[in-house]
Parts: sequence; structure tokens; C-alpha cells
Amino acid sequence: MSAATTLNWAAAPRGNAAVRFESREATRETPWVKWTILGISLTFFAVFLLLPLVAVFVEALRKGWETYWSALIHEDALSAIMLTLTAAAISVPLNLVFGVCAAWAIAKFEFRGKHLLITLIDLPFSVSPVIAGLIYVLIFGAQGWLGPWVAEHDVKIIFAVPGIVLATVFVTFPFVARELIPLMQAQGREEEEAAIVLGANGWQTFWYVTLPNIKWGLLYGVILCNARAMGEFGAVSVVSGHIRGQTNTLPLHVEILYNEYQFAAAFAVASLLALLALVTLAIKTWVEHRACSAPPSREPRQDAAS
Amino acid sequence: MSASRTFRVLPGFHLTLGYTLAYLSLIVLLPLAAVFLKTASLSIAEFWNVISAPRVVASYKLSFGVSLIAAAINAVFGLMLAWSLVRYSFPGKRFIDALIDLPFALPTAVAGIALTALYAKNGWIGQYLDPLGIQVAFKPLGVLVALVFIGLPFVVRTVQPILEDLDTELEEAAASLGAQRWQIFRHVILPVLLPALLTGFALAFARAVGEYGSVIFIAGNIPMVSEITPLMIITKLEQYDYAGATAIAVVMLVLSFLLLLLINGLQAWTAKRTGRDR
Repeated sequence: MSAATTLNWAAAPRGNAAVRFESREATRETPWVKWTILGISLTFFAVFLLLPLVAVFVEALRKGWETYWSALIHEDALSAIMLTLTAAAISVPLNLVFGVCAAWAIAKFEFRGKHLLITLIDLPFSVSPVIAGLIYVLIFGAQGWLGPWVAEHDVKIIFAVPGIVLATVFVTFPFVARELIPLMQAQGREEEEAAIVLGANGWQTFWYVTLPNIKWGLLYGVILCNARAMGEFGAVSVVSGHIRGQTNTLPLHVEILYNEYQFAAAFAVASLLALLALVTLAIKTWVEHRACSAPPSREPRQDAAS
Repeated sequence: MSASRTFRVLPGFHLTLGYTLAYLSLIVLLPLAAVFLKTASLSIAEFWNVISAPRVVASYKLSFGVSLIAAAINAVFGLMLAWSLVRYSFPGKRFIDALIDLPFALPTAVAGIALTALYAKNGWIGQYLDPLGIQVAFKPLGVLVALVFIGLPFVVRTVQPILEDLDTELEEAAASLGAQRWQIFRHVILPVLLPALLTGFALAFARAVGEYGSVIFIAGNIPMVSEITPLMIITKLEQYDYAGATAIAVVMLVLSFLLLLLINGLQAWTAKRTGRDR
């Protein structure tokens, strides 16, 4: 399931394409066709994407700043923020290390079963989040395989923080890897080989040769990974147990407030997550801009990795 | 294979591959295997009873039916949006281009309550639809709205790069040979776009089938009417019916794997058709 979220490294700076098509008679529509298509697509965009976003902020402030603020500094909200930050702070670095390792093995070496491995890495994206939560309940839950062992050792995994972290790690598993694999495959291994031949050790080679080449892709993957980690709902909902002040992440806190008809408070907390989404998109756009306008370190980057 | 053929200059192959396989197995493969093993505790008759119960079958019909319609809507409007973004200049284009990915970045629960606020009877849009006799929230139509929201970027982002790469020469050649604009789109552009469009459709469909967070708020979750399949898993879990939940999960997983194979095939086709290396 690639393509949709990966960075399009080869893309020409956006906007230039339109000039190319609009300047030629043969690739131009008559004005009424153009304005009809543009009108329909922009209306669709406004109704389905823009309006829900606006609604979050308007509903959040419906009862004024005071209600808004008090919803955010409520004890339960603060502990939800802490838990969400904790889950992201553990799962993002784990998947970052995994992503770099997987990309290094896959992009720099040849081995059998590589395609299968790439498909398996993408697997968590095609599994419903609810099932992502279920699998850990089946293993660590009271009736699960390791349930008795877990209970014996007095650790709580399901309906506790470790379960939430595990579910988050699962749903954000592919983000960094799938970003780095095509990028590093496109870059080849000559630069690294040159560094090794010149006497650098493996770590130096990675740090001084590979990392500068992949830093934008890495950042891109981490941002998307983080957004999903902080916003995951379905998987976390299954393993959390919804214990207020203990196992409630921000999205779960939104659900609880909403189900208690505290709409303004629910939207206030939701607006925090919407802000996170907007910041994510802003950084993402900035990275795309940097990555595409930065002078490519190597020629064959042209039709690669997209 | 090439291990014996070439000498590896770069270090770290065994370490990184070993770590990759271990981490993959521990986090993804073994837990997923648990689903299949847990189902084995049911007899075939029990398994069949769970997955063919009327309420569960109604949820498949809703989940798969509405996901298909949502993906089709996304294919049409996503193509138009991608077309507008690539071919036309208009103010605010960069802003719109960036916001297309909103459904990837916005937590699903937030999308769910926002859509409900819009489409409930007294909501922003709902209050105008209600007098017309159209109810969206707490009906299958509400599920459709949520699934259209989350699926849109998949189509736009798969079609957009292919559109950007199109050479103008083909269309100019067709035009100079006397083809109308619509004929050019139908016979020159669409065949090149088709694999990507189908990939986007399949990605949107796959995501829609498993979607949970954005749907449950607006769906109302009325048994036999607006319950999606992922919710059935949750319902079984809440009744501590682990085996039942797992049986439904197996049905969904098998479908996801089939979709994954289909999508891989479609992407290979896209690459072949357009000469893009993916």
C-alpha cells in the first residue's frame, strides 16, 4: 500500500506543471469546462475536507474561551496529553530505528525474499486498527496466551500503558521504513562503498554519508509516524479499557467527553489534535519543498523513488 | 543469492536484517498469527455460525457496500481534484494541495465528531438536508460521508504524480490529428491514468473497510442498519466473546490480504504502463 503517503521525490516543483499544460492549445480546456471541473472539485474539497476542519474549531469555541481553556487544563485532559506524548515518545523512536535498519538491509544488499519482506512491512497499514488492538488482547489479555504468565508476574499490559504503546507501535510500524526504502534504493550504495574503501568504519559511513542523504525522507517519515501515533483511536481503544486519568489518550478522552454530551469540551480537546494535524501538514509541505528544491546529491535521483 | 557471487563491502547486513526480521516477527507477524490460532479453537460449524450470523452479515453488507460506493465517489472527485491541482492555476492552490492530506493527519476520532456536528439533524449541513427528508447522521449515508472523507487523499495522491508526468506531446499529436478534447481524454489520457486510478480506488476501499474511528460517531451503530464490521469485533470483545471477535477478524484479515495482493498487482501495472519505477 505505498504511493499514497510517500514523498514524491521526483516531482517537479508544484505549480510549474499547470503552466506547461495551460500554455498549450492542445492541453487546454475551453474555459467553461475548466471552470466547471475546478468548481466541482473545489466545492467537493470545501465540503468534505475544509468544513470538518473549520467545524472542529468553531464548535470548540462555541461556549467561549473560558470553557475552552478549562476543558484543556482539566486534570483528565492533562493526564491524557501526558499519556499520548508518552506513547508517541516510545513508539516513534522504536519505529525509527527499525525503519533505518530495514531500509539499510533492503536497499544496500541483495537477498532472497526481499519483495515479500517489503510487503510484510506494509502489512499493518492494511489491517483494521480494531484488529491491531485485538491481536494484543489475544496474547496478553486475561484469557490470552501469555495472560496467566503476565498476571503471575504482576505486570499489566492490556488495559494499561504497555498495551497502548504496543498497539501504537503496531499501527505506526511501516511509516519510517516505507519512506526510507525507496529513497535509499534510489541512491544506491556507491557513496557508502567509497567511504568504506577510504577507511571509514560502518558507523562513520552511516553518520557522515548516508544520513545527510536521507535526512529529509527520515524527517518526513517521523512526522507522519508521530501524527498517527498521537492520533490513533481504534487500536488504542481496544486495549485501553478507558480508565480516566490512567489509560486515556487524547483521542479516547475526546470520545468520552463526546459520549457524555460535553460537546464543547470534546471539541476543545479535539482542536488540540486538529492543531497537531495542521502542524504536521505544514512541516510535511515544508519538507517536500526542501526535498524537491534542494540540489540533488546525485544525478539518478530523477526518476527514482517516486 | 548474490551473497556468494559478490563480496559485500558495506557492513551491517546480518545485524540490520536480523533486527528487521526479529522486530517484524515480534510486533506484527506473531501477533497476527495469534488471530488464526485462536480461531482454530472453534470448530468449523461454530466458526461458520459466528461469521454468518444475520447481524454480522448485515455489517459486511454495510461495510463492503458503502466502502465500494465511497471509493467510487473518491475515484471520480479525486480525479477531478488531482486534475485541477495539476493542470490549472488558481489562487490558494498550494494551500489546497497541502490540505488534501488532512485525512491522513487528522485523528479519526476528531474527524468523526466533526462530521457528526456537520451532518446531525441540527448540524451545519444537516439542518438544510433534514427538511428535504435527507438524514445523514446515524444512517448508512453517514457512514458513506465518513468513508469518503478518509479515502479521498488515496486517489488524489496516486493519480496526481502520473498526471504531472504526462507529456504534452501525446495530446498535441492527438489534437493535430483532429481529436476533440473529450476524445483525447478518453482515448489518450485515461488509459495512462487507469492503473493509478484503480490503485487509488483499491487503497481507498481497503482503508474504508477497516476504518473505525471516523465512522462510529456518525453511524449511530444501530444493529442491522448502521453497524460496521470492525464495530462487530468490538461488540464481541465487550461481551468477552474472544473467539467470536477473532472469527470476524479472520474474515476481515483474509479480505485485507487479498486486497493487498490486488493493490500490489495494480501498482506493478501502473509502473509498466507509465514506465515509472516504484
